[in-house]
Amino acid sequence: MKKPNSRIDYNEKVITIQGLYKSFDDFDVLKGVDLDLYKGENLVVLGRSGTGKSVLIKIISGLLRPDSGLVNVLGQEVDKLTPKQLDALRLKIGFSFQNSALYDSMTVKENLEFPLIRHSKEMTARDRDRIIDIVLEAVGLSQTINQMPSELSGGQRKRIGIARTLILRPEVMLYDEPTAGLDPITSQDINTLINEVQRRFNTSSIIITHDLTCAKAVGDRVVMLLDGQFQRQGTFEEVFDTNDERVKAFYNYNFTE
Amino acid sequence: MDHSNRDNNTTRRRKYFITKRLDRLFLELYQIYSFVARFFREVFVPPYEGREIIRQCYEVGVKSLPLISITAFIIGIVFTNQSRPSLAEFGATSWLPALISVAIVRAMGPLVTAIIASGKVGSSIGAELGSMRVTEQIDAMEVSATNPYKFLVVSRVLATTLMIPALTMYTTLVSLLGGYLNVHQNELTTLTTFFTQVFDAITFLDIIASAVKSVLFGFTIGMVGCYKGYYSSKGTEGVGKAANSSVVTAMFLIFIEELLTMQVINAIR
Repeated sequence: MKKPNSRIDYNEKVITIQGLYKSFDDFDVLKGVDLDLYKGENLVVLGRSGTGKSVLIKIISGLLRPDSGLVNVLGQEVDKLTPKQLDALRLKIGFSFQNSALYDSMTVKENLEFPLIRHSKEMTARDRDRIIDIVLEAVGLSQTINQMPSELSGGQRKRIGIARTLILRPEVMLYDEPTAGLDPITSQDINTLINEVQRRFNTSSIIITHDLTCAKAVGDRVVMLLDGQFQRQGTFEEVFDTNDERVKAFYNYNFTE
Repeated sequence: MDHSNRDNNTTRRRKYFITKRLDRLFLELYQIYSFVARFFREVFVPPYEGREIIRQCYEVGVKSLPLISITAFIIGIVFTNQSRPSLAEFGATSWLPALISVAIVRAMGPLVTAIIASGKVGSSIGAELGSMRVTEQIDAMEVSATNPYKFLVVSRVLATTLMIPALTMYTTLVSLLGGYLNVHQNELTTLTTFFTQVFDAITFLDIIASAVKSVLFGFTIGMVGCYKGYYSSKGTEGVGKAANSSVVTAMFLIFIEELLTMQVINAIR
């Protein structure tokens, strides 16, 4: 699947990361990561499991603190914000979790309503219902509104997870392994949805994945995380046009698996 | 030479592990302190999660009623039955209502309620929050700028702190009723006589002490369940451990609290 053209503004950086270090106990995960995300861009971060891809977006969203380095999101340094300022920033960031992270005890509607009730207090119930209808329609799952998360398939859960992040109209989307555990056709649907979200809601996104089909389908730019640093970056073709054995091994494993 | 090197290495390694364990212990103690202190910081500050608090009160209170009713009733009957022979030896079976009253109001009511609740409610809180932690639902709340501590912890701890005293009152009443049925069957005591003797035997301090204890037990059950669940890890295994550890730790603390409050109340009395 070919990536549709994006409206990227290369004059406006949405996220800037410089010299980012993070370690857990004695294990160094990120060793000096530098990264820029431009407005309207879909940036794919590729890498093997355990290389710190998810750690990177957890630091961007303020779930983890970096050991050192600069993390600037929408003009604000994340680790210097007060809890209140961080919450205000988080309203502009949508985070789609690997396992969807839907609230098990709530229906689909209650899941979508949850952030709205807390952050749009002046909104009437009718307005909330209207917005819920819009995002459910955007992910193509209007019929699931009264279902519990346990009644949904893996692909449906991912879509509802994305819908929940869209409900507050974020400027930045962070996708953690959006196609993990899905069959190829459902994965393709999710890839289409990610591109659709970028086009329709004009979001800038970081997509964490080790699925090369996904990377090719959604990425305007691809970066590869190896040994705690970004070793390659460019278009999908540019990244894999190399003699680096580690990159070639990653490519070959993905497409011969 | 080789021997002394090996001994040195072993000693160094042992010291390293002891230091690491002590580090972890102090970190955990600080984490517990912060977790509990955060409750008092957040409970009075808006926004208040009213709907969630009511839902949790229903879960803790109303849904525990069938189990509490049956257990309390049986305990009332069994305790009365087991106490009778000892009193009968002294020809003092007429003291049964007073004995039952003192035992149930002072100790058994709060203790039985707390033990049942820590098994039913504490484990369920530990498992629910643990499962929310490992499936990243708590992280999802945090990144959507919702305070998960307030929504999940404050509401549950408030619910247990409010509902366990109410359940304790209910347990006490049902146990006394069980005791009455047994006394009525054997000694033909009337309901009025039974309850007159029951209220004559207890003091205002007994009722206050029972209420204070049950508030303390409720707070402990909620706090322990939430703490174990909130910081659970290691996937599904962690969820099981959180549930199990919630019950064991809560029960252990409840018995210690019972012992301490008993000492304080005896000193006041």
